Amino acid sequence: MSDATIPTNPRARKRAEGRYGKIGKALDELDDRLGVAKGGRTFMDKIFPDHWSFMLGEIALYSFVILLVTGVFLTFYFVPSSAVVIYHGSYLPLDGQRVTQAFESTVNISFKVRGGLLMRQMHHWACDIFVGSLVVHMARVFFTGAFRKPRELNWTVGLTLLILAIANGFLGYSLPDDLVSGTGIRITYSIVLSIPFVGSYLAFWVFGGNFPGTATIPRFFILHVLIVPLIILGLVGAHLFLLVRQKHTQFPGKGKTEKNVVGSPMFPVFIAKTTGFLFIVGGVTALLASFAQINPIWQFGQYQASRISYAVQPDWYMGFLDGALRIFPSWEFTGFGHTWPLEIFIPAVLFPGILFNVAYAWPLIERKFTGDNEMHNLLDRPRDRPKRTAIGASVLALLAMLFIASSTDVIANFFHVSLQTVVWAMRVLVIVSPLIAYPLTYKICLELQGIKRGGKRKTPNVVSRSVEGEYIATPTPAYHADEEHELTAVPLPTFIDEESETPRESGVRTVER
Amino acid sequence: MSDATPEFDDHRTPVAITGLSADDPHLQPAAKNPQTVEGVIATTFVLGLLLMAGFGAAYVVNAKPYILGATMGFGLFFFGVGLVAWGKYLMPRGPFVEERHDLAGSSDERDAFAAAIVERGGGVVKRRKLLAGLLGGGLGVFSLVALFPLLRSLGPLPKGTLFYTDWRKGTYAVDSTGRRVSVGDLAIGSIVTVFPEGTENTDRGQAVDQTVLVRISNENFVTQKGRETWGPKGYLAYSKLCTHLGCPIGLYEQQLQLLVCPCHQSMFNVTNGAIPQFGPAPRPLPQLPLYIDSSGYIRAQDDYDQPVGPGFWERRTA
Repeated sequence: MSDATIPTNPRARKRAEGRYGKIGKALDELDDRLGVAKGGRTFMDKIFPDHWSFMLGEIALYSFVILLVTGVFLTFYFVPSSAVVIYHGSYLPLDGQRVTQAFESTVNISFKVRGGLLMRQMHHWACDIFVGSLVVHMARVFFTGAFRKPRELNWTVGLTLLILAIANGFLGYSLPDDLVSGTGIRITYSIVLSIPFVGSYLAFWVFGGNFPGTATIPRFFILHVLIVPLIILGLVGAHLFLLVRQKHTQFPGKGKTEKNVVGSPMFPVFIAKTTGFLFIVGGVTALLASFAQINPIWQFGQYQASRISYAVQPDWYMGFLDGALRIFPSWEFTGFGHTWPLEIFIPAVLFPGILFNVAYAWPLIERKFTGDNEMHNLLDRPRDRPKRTAIGASVLALLAMLFIASSTDVIANFFHVSLQTVVWAMRVLVIVSPLIAYPLTYKICLELQGIKRGGKRKTPNVVSRSVEGEYIATPTPAYHADEEHELTAVPLPTFIDEESETPRESGVRTVER
Repeated sequence: MSDATPEFDDHRTPVAITGLSADDPHLQPAAKNPQTVEGVIATTFVLGLLLMAGFGAAYVVNAKPYILGATMGFGLFFFGVGLVAWGKYLMPRGPFVEERHDLAGSSDERDAFAAAIVERGGGVVKRRKLLAGLLGGGLGVFSLVALFPLLRSLGPLPKGTLFYTDWRKGTYAVDSTGRRVSVGDLAIGSIVTVFPEGTENTDRGQAVDQTVLVRISNENFVTQKGRETWGPKGYLAYSKLCTHLGCPIGLYEQQLQLLVCPCHQSMFNVTNGAIPQFGPAPRPLPQLPLYIDSSGYIRAQDDYDQPVGPGFWERRTA
């Protein structure tokens, strides 16, 4: 472009740039090359539902972002090696001890690297938040039926993300080679060893030989910082792509149908809110990391296979497995010339295997029972699907009890009761709690359904004053802007018979569903 | 939907975001008094900015970690709250609506897609069954062969390593510092972790050979039939690996004479051959036969008579 075509007069220059100024010009250039205008406009207008429960997935996404950022920081200083060195660092109680480079470098990150302790604790807290928000997000999706057609695929992607997050959390806290994490690796080794037919071969190949070996930490490191995060990243991309492609679900409500999405547009409202939310999640993580100590490995000390400490509990998301191992009876079976360590294999391999496989298959299982093959974009209220809600509550009760069972020793110590009592109590509770949770939840759902207009606004009155000064309150029909759309049940699909509510002779209405 | 009271209706009925006039109620902020809200948000931004500057200063002077975290955390938090409030109260309040379009194509499109794959592709494969079979078979074989270096190179074969420890006839028992343990070292009721001499600092010694030595009397102690000579002068030695998941049995309950695993609380009675008394452990801890030599040192008569630690497939039933 020659100089002559650039107007010197500012107003003329602005006119030459077109209606939308420099940015508009830049967008034009971009569109010439990439053709972004049409799709970009649609994307800017994309509607996001405003309901708070849609925020749970965002917590997961943003804690993953924090994990990536803090994790990159940590890789600069962490040495993934089991080579033994003598510690001479700034933490004097450990001075002169034989430690591995993994342990030494983690202590150095905590005490020597500026901001290192903050980054380490943020990383660990963000992980706990990540897995936690995934679980709660998944519960939301389950209880509201958001996994139904067409979203079964995204349910499986999400469940895979949860499993990978748990696995990577375990790999991550195993890296510092401290007394607690080393014990965790020892237990994992024994779990792999317990698998019939191939256990000992698998264990030797996964861990590079007999326990403890020197291959574990370098292998866990590359899995933890590269391979698993890469898969998670790819699946997050797939999860979001499917979400955009299929659009959000939404709760029934004013103007909301199976054929539309109601809420706020991507730009600028959602962008502002969600970026703000990223900052809030980051801020809360940083505050937790500042004021709530997590995994002080320098207090645990270097892992040695012959040493151990009291109260060995894993991170919370592994708790249900540890609890299952604690309370499962000692059913080792020997027969056919072989040992079947069922006391390990059932609680630690078979049980989670069944749990996650049923979760994967849940959309299909539910369809099998309901015969519902329709497209669903409107969400269920949990009370309107009492059986599903009761099954979910039952599974959560089971997992909660197993989680509590991972602290039998601490509970026994705290309440001054014998360990045997606690273990037996937990064995009973693990069986009984789900059995109670199911009918209880089911009943509560029915009761909530039965409350007509429960939680709804009162009928509005129009208050008028007559010429004489008299006030008159006239009940009026609700103006339609106040209709309680959010509180009315979704119309039942056509293939389900609506139950008749015939009054009995007594005149008492009984609800049978 | 009644249209009796349209004035209540204006901003509560979802509308499409395109083609709205600038004064459309949907484009107005949700806040009743935007000026005040703007002031509040500006305050959070200023606070956030100050805290972030504080974070920078704290980093430069190498302040305590919690000061770093508090300035950064509160800084991010205030920015976040301000930004969310901006989006929620000062930006177009909506609600807006977007139509969904059917994901599924028309039946013609579907047929064309299926035809492209089934007819065109299927035709090719059917006409060249040999090639297709060779390609499929070749890829299958290659996948299997590729598994070999992927899996097999990862580690050695277990072979006998799970069956034996480094205890041999005459091996001295040493403590974690490498000092030989002799008969006068332990008082009744006390325990010490011992290793075969020379392995106390090796991975295998630590993880496989670790043995707990407990003294429960002054006389020879017989835990089970057939173990008459195994507990000289009240010294009993058991594998320290829990038979449940291989944690070291680190706790000794002196009064009850129980070894307790801190991981999953299996309890083993030392007086009857470490038979599990409670908990998930399925088998007794293997007992190491001991003798006391003429110099008073504690030595092993032999290796354990069975594999130590958790169960595994090849472990024989004996």
